Amino acid sequence: MMASPSGCWGPVPWIIATVVSVVMACLIRTRGQKGHKRGVQGEAFLMGNKMLPEHRSHVRAHNIYWGFFQGLKRYYAQATTMHTGIVNDYIIWFLTFLSITLIVVFALELL
Amino acid sequence: MDVLLAHSPVLIIAIPLLGAFLTPLISRVSDKGRDVLVIATLVFVEFLVIILAVDIYLGGLHIYALGASSPLLARPEHHMAPVRIVLEVDAMSILMGFISATVSLAAAIYSVSFMRRDTGKDKFYTLLLLLTAGMMGLEFTGDMFNLFIFLEILSLSGAALASFRTGFVDALEGGFKYMFISAVASLMILFAVGIFYGQYNLLNIAALAQAIQYTTLDKIALALLIMAFIMKLAGVPLHMWAPDTYSVAPAGTTPMIYVASQACMYALFRVCFTLYGVTLNTLTIGWIVIGIGLLSMFVGVTMAVYQSDIKRLMAYHAVSQSGYMLLGVGVGLAVLSDSQALSTYGRQAMGGGIFHIINNAMYKGLLFLTAEALFYALGTRDLNKMGGIGGNMRYTCVFFMIGALAISGIPPFNGFASKLLIYESVYQFNPMLSVVAMMVSIMTLASFVKVFQSAFTGPISPHVRAVKEVPKPMLGGMGILAAIIVFFSLFPGLIMDQIVEPAVEALINQGTYMNGIMGGMS
Repeated sequence: MMASPSGCWGPVPWIIATVVSVVMACLIRTRGQKGHKRGVQGEAFLMGNKMLPEHRSHVRAHNIYWGFFQGLKRYYAQATTMHTGIVNDYIIWFLTFLSITLIVVFALELL
Repeated sequence: MDVLLAHSPVLIIAIPLLGAFLTPLISRVSDKGRDVLVIATLVFVEFLVIILAVDIYLGGLHIYALGASSPLLARPEHHMAPVRIVLEVDAMSILMGFISATVSLAAAIYSVSFMRRDTGKDKFYTLLLLLTAGMMGLEFTGDMFNLFIFLEILSLSGAALASFRTGFVDALEGGFKYMFISAVASLMILFAVGIFYGQYNLLNIAALAQAIQYTTLDKIALALLIMAFIMKLAGVPLHMWAPDTYSVAPAGTTPMIYVASQACMYALFRVCFTLYGVTLNTLTIGWIVIGIGLLSMFVGVTMAVYQSDIKRLMAYHAVSQSGYMLLGVGVGLAVLSDSQALSTYGRQAMGGGIFHIINNAMYKGLLFLTAEALFYALGTRDLNKMGGIGGNMRYTCVFFMIGALAISGIPPFNGFASKLLIYESVYQFNPMLSVVAMMVSIMTLASFVKVFQSAFTGPISPHVRAVKEVPKPMLGGMGILAAIIVFFSLFPGLIMDQIVEPAVEALINQGTYMNGIMGGMS
């Protein structure tokens, strides 16, 4: 057990809960239809559209969270513009933050 | 054994250094002999680190003075200040040493198979051992000038490793950027060392800590050191080199270069807590560290979830995770002068941050290795071209899941334990900081779900049907880190009490570090 500000934390109850959940899932699975055969139940109905071949139906990485990226379009436009990959810009960032740090260190001493 | 223990601080640095120079010679005779030499060297270093760690946890810090009649004679007779090269290893240094030794060993084992198709392996292993020596030296050194020297060794070998695969167009660019930012950071550190030497005629950290006045020049030196180390550890906004460098470094060297960045984070903490200590305005500097931590967490994770290149995604996560460590330890620094706040939540925030350093080195290292395993098997880093390989690469898939669940802070993995400590203790300092930290954790999970879904699940692509599991030594390298993650997950209390708490104490208690060298001098 590990002490934390609100009490303590130990992994054992979580492991027990995980094992119990897995056992329950397996028990439920065993109660499924024994006669089920893969691929004979017919194709899924997708709004009347013809199903794509299996390997083309996989959602690719650049499409995952599409809505999230659309919502934050302006943030990502700004963030990707900042990542120029030009080393001169790295030095500008370095000097800017060094200056800010120096100002903060000296200015707060005066207050 | 006692002799070995007494000389272990210097042996931990000298053995990989010697191994590095022997590697090209042995390589001329036998490739297998060279591989055995490299792994044997790192196993021995790991062994020395473990025995030294046990001794430090039981008996306190170790001093090693080079060139003295006795390793404990840090100050020559009739001298007021230490002038020799001194290594000072306390609980915080040895924790970092353990991380560096373990990740280096896993990386070397992994590289045996990964580098089989490459040429110039004698140079590769020489650089790998030099990087290990540089990290160890940086973590164990007791003086500022040698800190600069070891940082140079670490930077040169890291840059050469990053640009090792010259067949890839972006490798040279990644190596050049690492070299460039390292040169700038080193220059700033050397400038700060010059400021200290000019004022106090001292280079030893303990002696400087005793003499430091927090003058105007000391404040300038502090700002230079903070920004130089932030640049080396890839804290936002000085992180932009990291994705370019981490994504091109070969095989196991990506986790090593990442651990080298964590060694620079250690140097930052050593400067803030041990060198300056309570002489500085801890609240101001603490908030600077917290601010950079918050920026790193947020920008790192939002950029990570956006990536389709698996190694760039991992690299941005490395930036994001560094933010957690800066946040936890930054809160401890902010309340360092307030003994009540320090005991109520400051120590636990620091404990969470330091626990996260060791956790993150293991699961981030594992995730970098799984990303390289995918690249090895598929020949691409593009997640859009992957899919359904979980069945073909079962062990890699399991290792990835362990790493991904741990980094996302899913209980009962070790990442949850360290994040829980950070959330709860930082909440008492400022609730908004905890809210941001939790949100970043959710986004971390989201981006690893993306990787899992893109690479391992779904229908198998026709062009990856022939993909096979990676060779056993690569699985062995990943297995070492996965086993440590599982162990840390099962026994978080043991790790906190025996390893992390002494490290927190070593950082907070500046007097112990100073007395180790200066004794009763005032």
